[in-house]
Amino acid sequence: MFDFAPLTKWIDTVLHNAMSPFWAVVVEMLIVGVLILLFYALIGLFLVYAERKVCAFMQNRLGPNRVGPFGLFQTIADLVKLLLVELVPIRNADKFLFNLAPFIVITASFMAIAAIPFAKGLHAIDLNIGIFYVIAVSAMGVIGILLAGWASNNKYSLIGAMRSGAQIVSYELSVGLSLITMVILAGSMQLSVIVEGQATGWFIFKGHIPAFIAFIVFLVASTAETNRGPFDLAEAESELTAGYHTEYSGIKFAFFFLAEYMNMFIVASIAATVFLGGWMPFHVGNWDGFNAVMDFIPPFVWYIVKTFFVVFLMMWFKWTFPRLRIDQLLTLEWKYLLPINLVNVLIMAFIVLMGWHF
Amino acid sequence: MTINQVMFVLFSVMIIVFSVLTVTSRRILRAAVYLLFVLVSTAGLYFMLNFQFLAAVQLTLYAGGIVVLIIFSILLTSHISQKFEPVGWKKSLFSALAAMAGAIITIITILDFKFSATAEAAREIDMRLIGKSLLSVEYDGYVLPFEVISILLIAAMVAAIVIAKKGGPKKTETQTL
Repeated sequence: MFDFAPLTKWIDTVLHNAMSPFWAVVVEMLIVGVLILLFYALIGLFLVYAERKVCAFMQNRLGPNRVGPFGLFQTIADLVKLLLVELVPIRNADKFLFNLAPFIVITASFMAIAAIPFAKGLHAIDLNIGIFYVIAVSAMGVIGILLAGWASNNKYSLIGAMRSGAQIVSYELSVGLSLITMVILAGSMQLSVIVEGQATGWFIFKGHIPAFIAFIVFLVASTAETNRGPFDLAEAESELTAGYHTEYSGIKFAFFFLAEYMNMFIVASIAATVFLGGWMPFHVGNWDGFNAVMDFIPPFVWYIVKTFFVVFLMMWFKWTFPRLRIDQLLTLEWKYLLPINLVNVLIMAFIVLMGWHF
Repeated sequence: MTINQVMFVLFSVMIIVFSVLTVTSRRILRAAVYLLFVLVSTAGLYFMLNFQFLAAVQLTLYAGGIVVLIIFSILLTSHISQKFEPVGWKKSLFSALAAMAGAIITIITILDFKFSATAEAAREIDMRLIGKSLLSVEYDGYVLPFEVISILLIAAMVAAIVIAKKGGPKKTETQTL
């Protein structure tokens, strides 16, 4: 039920019958690209709206409520405004790098989203190194941030970029190690295999305590890696105006803004895929009736609900914790998260070796 | 042309053009960015060969690690208006000659090698195979190089920490400033 594989296969055969293999591949790539681009833009717009609503809820306010029902069209209006705003030219900036930086940031997040399994059979590229690929390409985004900070020729931008670089480079370790813990449990890095492995139970339940510790570490480290509060000192508005994107305006600023929200979404969907079962429904052991009812909910809905649950957790972090100082940030990573992670990997390997997991 | 050939030509042209730009650019950060493009295109070649593991390693280690380190050190040391002086013709001539000689030697060696052609499609390499052969002590195992490199890395790290610590307790006469 709800399997997308026949649909994609049908499109593939139709295209191959209609044209040469070369053009069939080109058209397929175009279709996938346009679909992902649409998804990207829609999710980005919705996340900005969700952030403002969640923030308002945390602060006992109403949030946007004038444009459309419940203010749903507020972000669309904002987008139109951003598209029409003048692009302020910076006279003493390095123009080439200044214009290149937002594209590097957005390309990195765009490459990462291609490898994420959205539903059964709805998976653009299923690499056998899935998780490793996502870590590798999302690590490229920091280069864009560093370039933006330096090319703006502005002290605030430079300080913001330096902070962001130190932060991302160190927290990447914890993200990688916590995912390795789960790779040990899954026995594979391929995202489709990881999701299939959770048909009998999500890994966060299967892996006992080490999996839960890995989940917490992943949440903290990935919040830091996406430069979101309480780790947002790269763009701490009270000290750095806006950090590395101070000098950007209009659509170039929108690129940074969108990429930040999409990185949060990608990280949340990785968390949902690896720890919470991806598009797998919630199944409990031998409760066959309950499991059958759960199967009626389409996989895509499961995926979206889980991802937005993790996104909500990250927004919750942002609006409840105060911002860390740079030394506290580095202490948290190098003195706490990293040792915990290394021990956790060992414990997980031992549990898998002894066969103590479910 | 098949799609493979198109992609190969695209990546090769990108690698060559950006390699030349890397060494001829007079702004240091731009040179670093061109180097990034070279490394990313090389990763693209690996993806084309279906060797995804090596491609991802290339992206994390070189593009995500080394280029970030280079950019970081440039950020700390150089100003945006800084521009290198153009290189004299003697230097450029001899560097070009050296580069050409290196390229010719490499190409001749590659052409000399008898590649056994196969009609089989490129297979995906199983991650388990890579992991097992990295830790295997059998004939084609890599456990010895793996351990030797680990010791080398630890030595380098310890040395870096020792250098960064700058010796024992501070002497009093250096604090008179």
